[in-house]
Amino acid sequence: MLALLGIAVIVVGFVLRFNPLLVVVVSALVTGLGAGLDLVAIIEAFGKAFNDSRYISIVWLVLPVIGLLERHGLQERARQLIASLRGATAGRLLIGYLLLRQITAALGLTSVAGHAQTVRPLVAPMAEAAAEQQTGTLDDATRDLVKAYSAATDNVGLFFGEDIFIAIGSILLMKGVLEQYGIFLEPLQLSVWAIPTAICAFIIHGARLWWLDRKLARLHVTRTSP
Amino acid sequence: MITLQFVYVVTGIVFAAFAVLSARDRSNARRFGNAAFWGLLAVSFLAGDSLGDFGNGILVLLLVLIAGFGALGHGAPRTTTTDERRVEAQRHGNRLFWLALIIPATALIGTLLFKQLPMLVESRQVTLISLTLGVLSALAVAAAWLRPRPLVPLEEGRRLMDAVGWAAVLPQMLASLGAVFALAGVGDVIGELARDVIPTGSMFGAVVAYALGMAIFTMIMGNAFAAFPVMAAAIGVPLLIHGYGGNPAVVCAIGMLAGFCGTLMTPMAANFNIVPAALLELRNRNGVIRAQVLTALPLLAVNIALIYFLAW
Repeated sequence: MLALLGIAVIVVGFVLRFNPLLVVVVSALVTGLGAGLDLVAIIEAFGKAFNDSRYISIVWLVLPVIGLLERHGLQERARQLIASLRGATAGRLLIGYLLLRQITAALGLTSVAGHAQTVRPLVAPMAEAAAEQQTGTLDDATRDLVKAYSAATDNVGLFFGEDIFIAIGSILLMKGVLEQYGIFLEPLQLSVWAIPTAICAFIIHGARLWWLDRKLARLHVTRTSP
Repeated sequence: MITLQFVYVVTGIVFAAFAVLSARDRSNARRFGNAAFWGLLAVSFLAGDSLGDFGNGILVLLLVLIAGFGALGHGAPRTTTTDERRVEAQRHGNRLFWLALIIPATALIGTLLFKQLPMLVESRQVTLISLTLGVLSALAVAAAWLRPRPLVPLEEGRRLMDAVGWAAVLPQMLASLGAVFALAGVGDVIGELARDVIPTGSMFGAVVAYALGMAIFTMIMGNAFAAFPVMAAAIGVPLLIHGYGGNPAVVCAIGMLAGFCGTLMTPMAANFNIVPAALLELRNRNGVIRAQVLTALPLLAVNIALIYFLAW
């Protein structure tokens, strides 16, 4: 039970808004000590895992390209493009992106899009530009809301698309775990069952994006009415 | 042959450049904090394999000390103003999009193509290698077309990197915490707890406990992959599959997706929830999670219903 102390550290640390890196390391120390490991062993285990998971931080390689394109007006161009389209709304744009992200993820193309690759340079500025047109002027809180929905839409599209692909990590993990219990399944037998949830995710999140459009339209009305 | 090592060297060089450029940025009062932080990451990428486990552990502790005690500032490399950008956007037009699409397009083609060329590219790392090649090709095309001074891409990269700040290493830190949790047997303890709360004799109760367990444990670990083996061992296999005779494919596949609903609601899934908030410069660190909760909760209920109705 002492091993669970580390989880308590995480919860308390995040709630009290300490620096998350600090919270994570303290949690690792508490968890390890609670499980009877000595300090050196904990530091070694953490160091080894950190070194083995460096691939997670490779995504930052794209920043020089994105930054350079931003310098030369990529985000402004995205805004201009949306401003020239009639009938473009933040909600409709994000519904289109949701569908695109789910379909590409379902084909196994999970890393063609992402927060650094597509959301920051393209999707978020386009959604902001559309929202600006819908509301007249965009206040800071609403701007942040539209940006947050852009990131959220990328996540929902990725999570509830990727499991339809047969060679994705989670499908292979499930196959491996079931084999330990003597249950043998083909990846396709697992991945077809991701389809009902994928459809429901599109309907639920799509409805919320449609609702976002209504909210933006109401903001416009309240601002233009005398 | 191109291996993951090549990717690590490229990444290490970029972080080293961020470190050097940070150190000379007098506009940032904490410039040496930034230089040390990105410099340590450069060391990790360039020489992590020869530091030893303890050495890497010390490197992590140093990173945490720098970030945890507020020694990281924001560099302010010179960039263009909004007005200049409008003019640039008019001038370059939609060709900017084509440049932006080089990275995803190379990742796509590389992933499909390199699988056929195991002699040329380490086949297990095709995606990461393609991403890196995409970045290098995009930089090459941009250099030929936009003709920036050589340091400009790195300075622009540093501007975004400083905006992300310490959140940049949080996903990697959480993955490492997961390894310590596994070593300490945290999963087994949670599995036992989950078994204890199931109402006996209720199949629906067991389904709810399994799906909620997946979501909650995923929220704690920040990762459905860590939660799945534990919940499968505690409830999924012994109770739902063997006990009640549920279809194993449905129980597992939709159970995993119930876990993904948890991923949408936790700061522990930093690369999906905290990093984008930093990257988009949201004022609320939890802004992305807030936008997701009302999608995640109904979808979790849907997943419970789907398991209940489809597995039998």
